[in-house]
Amino acid sequence: MSDATLHDARLSACPACDAVPLAQRVAGSKPAPADIILSLPTIHCATCISDVERALMGHAGVREARVNLTLRRVNVDAPGLTADELIPVVEATGYEAHELDPAALSASAADRQGRDILMRIGVSGFAMMNIMILSVAVWSGAEDATRDLFHFISGAIALPTIAFAGQPFFSSAARALRAGRLGMDVPISLALILASAISVYETLHSGHHAYFDAAVMLCFFLLVGRYLDYRTRAAARSAAEELTALEVPRAFRVTESGEEPVAVSDLCPGDLVRVRPGARVPADGEVVEGMSEIDRSLLTGESLPVAAQPGLALSTGEVNLTGPLLLRVTAAGRDSSLARLTALVSAAETARGKYTSLAERASRLYSPMVHLMALISFCGWYWASGDIRLAVNIAAAVLIITCPCALGLAVPAVVTTASGRLFRRGLLIKDGTALERLAEVDVVAFDKTGTLTLGVPQLVDLDCIAERDRPIALGLARASSHPLAQALAQALAAAGVRPAELQDLREIPGQGMTAMNGAQVVRLGRAEWLGASHGEATLSATWLQSGHSDPSRIEFSDRPRPGVEQAVAQILASGRRVLLLSGDAEPVVRDLARRLGISEWHAGMTPTEKSQVISDLSGQGHRVLMVGDGLNDTAALSAAHVSLSPASALDAARVASDMVMLGSDFGPVSDALDLARAARRRITENFAISILYNIVAVPIAIAGFATPLMAALAMSLSSISVTLNALRLR
Amino acid sequence: MEILAVLIPVSLGLGALGLGAFVWALKGRQYEDPKGDAERILSGDWDEHPKP
Repeated sequence: MSDATLHDARLSACPACDAVPLAQRVAGSKPAPADIILSLPTIHCATCISDVERALMGHAGVREARVNLTLRRVNVDAPGLTADELIPVVEATGYEAHELDPAALSASAADRQGRDILMRIGVSGFAMMNIMILSVAVWSGAEDATRDLFHFISGAIALPTIAFAGQPFFSSAARALRAGRLGMDVPISLALILASAISVYETLHSGHHAYFDAAVMLCFFLLVGRYLDYRTRAAARSAAEELTALEVPRAFRVTESGEEPVAVSDLCPGDLVRVRPGARVPADGEVVEGMSEIDRSLLTGESLPVAAQPGLALSTGEVNLTGPLLLRVTAAGRDSSLARLTALVSAAETARGKYTSLAERASRLYSPMVHLMALISFCGWYWASGDIRLAVNIAAAVLIITCPCALGLAVPAVVTTASGRLFRRGLLIKDGTALERLAEVDVVAFDKTGTLTLGVPQLVDLDCIAERDRPIALGLARASSHPLAQALAQALAAAGVRPAELQDLREIPGQGMTAMNGAQVVRLGRAEWLGASHGEATLSATWLQSGHSDPSRIEFSDRPRPGVEQAVAQILASGRRVLLLSGDAEPVVRDLARRLGISEWHAGMTPTEKSQVISDLSGQGHRVLMVGDGLNDTAALSAAHVSLSPASALDAARVASDMVMLGSDFGPVSDALDLARAARRRITENFAISILYNIVAVPIAIAGFATPLMAALAMSLSSISVTLNALRLR
Repeated sequence: MEILAVLIPVSLGLGALGLGAFVWALKGRQYEDPKGDAERILSGDWDEHPKP
């Protein structure tokens, strides 16, 4: 089986993201009407847009189709049609299409927030430019009535602008004050209000200086920082939502009148559900009918499939491999084991304690210092001159000139640049502080199945099949959808083997394939079925028997992801420790560890043991990056300092991790570690720049030499220099 | 200096016009798909006749 087909099977099959629609039902929200959203991961150009739109519009019943190239999606308004009818239409034009669950995409609320900030940026930008034009006249020596007129017009533009554009700062400052904290937004709001008030007072009394321009400019630059911050989070959120939305939760309920597709959230205990080969188990339950094999690798890390027969209990999220199964649901939706675990993980995450980012730590120092400095200069000047107007003026100048651009603008700029670059390489950062935490990592712990390996078996050695048996093996293997059979068929076909003509070909679910080769019975399947002794059951294996000869063993191993060798070598070369923690059997783990050059490995680990290892390392002062994909990794993922999971991971694991690897290539992981360090360096540099700037500018302001011109110049200079420094990361 | 009485309102008016255009574009969701819009101008689909 190719990676692509396996990936598709996982994504289109219904996994256990049942908690999502349920939560939405509780919240009372409805999914978008009659709209079908398809994800088109391969479109990239003008021709793609017209091809897809033309094909969809040409289909009967489609009213409107609009491609969004930025999000790589198409929204189709087609009442009465289902996505299953439209996907072949798009795929006929040569582009891959997947159904997205509109209920899991909450783009509209996020859009509104982004548009809101953009609007404020636009308004403050307009005001800033106009006030600047007027201010230039004042700076170049306008006197008396002209100056007052210009100040007056500036004020008329600036006051409504600040009232509108400053709202995000004012509301956040009010929240911080109510909670008894001094956030970043308190000095910003104070500077804006004080500067406006003084400027109004000075204008009315025909004073020489008004700070309208500086106040609006401060607003503008900080809003740009806010927007960058928002963009980073929005990009990560929309990609994460898309991953969730790709898994449209649907199950097939068996009733007296036949089979009907229902939403997973509608399943109740006692329902009978049909689970087809290749599909995920939609709810916890017991097998009532049918024989098959179950892939539990995502839940337990076992790479060997488990035989399923009536009476076996199945958990949500396991994959049914060979035969159809009839399942009696014992727990569904929020009660299912997977949903309970997801809830546990989110509880563990909140308990983990919030990591304080560099910017937060800096602002904790910065905020009181700025206020203190303004207060001291006010008291000092009042004591020295006795002029309260002069003292307030200077205090305002101090507040304005200590523009927290490095905190408000530079950190978001660095994080946006870094996460944008990682996103293009296929790594999605869900949390802004994840990048900072990643920079501190000194131990990297990997899960095996599905993380370091693709979870796709590969034939170890073609020579274990006798030359004359190869056509028979291919004939049997290509008729089955079992992953081992698929891998065997692929390897044999690649070796140029022609399939034998077999008669009476049948698949016995849960056991294997059987057929007649002339008068001879030929069989391919489980050891027990063919009467072979299992031997060392470590590598995945299947058995081939032709006639009455002894069955021969065909071994498979799991293929490492592309780029794993180099990534592990690079991480080791950078001086970090690498650990392999797997729930799989020892020989398999040992073999992979040896191939990758990992000296510390643990096999047969339970989920608790994994998270214990991580907690112990953290207790010794190490910062651990955990990379894992299964349910058995979620505890370890939430215990680690920072965590990463591949896109093929279970929803629960993706929820628990800070970063998601979108492609199957492992290369970006070691890049991310390096880039995180570089980003951290940039952030510290930006702090240094702003400290340097403050050391120069603040004494000038305190000394009372700061004119509005100097405030405007100094502030723009510091904003632009930290932004340019952030862009150097590219 | 009387010219200021004309020039200042004119410059403010032009600025306000620009701001109005920006607000209109933003409300019209023209910033939703910048990449798609950049590509769409290259397609000749609706060149000869307007989109229905």
